[in-house]
Amino acid sequence: MTREELPNLAESKLTALVVDDNFVNQSIHQKLLARLGIQNDVVCNGKEAVDAHCSGRNYDLILMDMDMPIMNGIQATKRLREMGIESKIAGVTTRANEGEKKEFMEAGLNDFQEKPLTISKLLSILHKLDFYVQT
Amino acid sequence: MLGLGVDRLQADINRLLASLFHQGVLDEHFLQLQQLQDETSPNFVYDVINIYFDESEKLLRNLRLLLVDREFSDYKKIGLHLNQLVGSSSSIGARRVRNVCVAFRSASELSNRPGCMRGLEVVEHEYHYLKNMMHELFQLEQQRLLAAGVRYPV
Repeated sequence: MTREELPNLAESKLTALVVDDNFVNQSIHQKLLARLGIQNDVVCNGKEAVDAHCSGRNYDLILMDMDMPIMNGIQATKRLREMGIESKIAGVTTRANEGEKKEFMEAGLNDFQEKPLTISKLLSILHKLDFYVQT
Repeated sequence: MLGLGVDRLQADINRLLASLFHQGVLDEHFLQLQQLQDETSPNFVYDVINIYFDESEKLLRNLRLLLVDREFSDYKKIGLHLNQLVGSSSSIGARRVRNVCVAFRSASELSNRPGCMRGLEVVEHEYHYLKNMMHELFQLEQQRLLAAGVRYPV
């Protein structure tokens, strides 16, 4: 998909939180979101994601990695749901055997994508979670 | 004349990239990295690759320290470091590094210490090859930018 064909979602004022302890993935995920016009923040683990919400921040979409120190993605997703956070949470991880995926989904995810994340996969997440209508 | 310098350098860059793709050193995710570079982040590829180098070298150092320790038995820690390497290598399109990390991870899951040592040596070899190739690529791109700058003096 060329740059010209990409939707610009800036007008929809969507916000996203990237939760990943890997700086390479943080950079790429943030850039992918920015390319689609989605404002975004980044934190390094599940606990920081929970703390961000405790401090009053809220996001339309959370891209949640699974393996992180201090609090992993499964724990963080469960905690956010217990707090009543209704943001759409998409799990993004390199680990994708059926058992691990099931455990992650059951924690409260709305969607799941295998890394590496691409523009196509991100658009698929946005479409599935009703943020974007494909034309 | 100056234009020929830019064209020749671009041809060298294209030839190097084609070779790296042909060898399986890089895959399509490296192309995505290039496509994400734009006027708002003109050094995106360079910046991300350097973050990758920094992170990877720390992880490789930690892996070596773990494995040379006589008392070593924490294969779970090896697995965690390798998950990081697999993830970031996949994200930048470093296919061969990613694949050898997966093989190394299999050895760690079997608690196979000699297999892990071999795995580490292979990963280090592939990583350093990739790093050298990336440096060559960045040097060529820098020369091309300079040549293009000379072509259009201010």
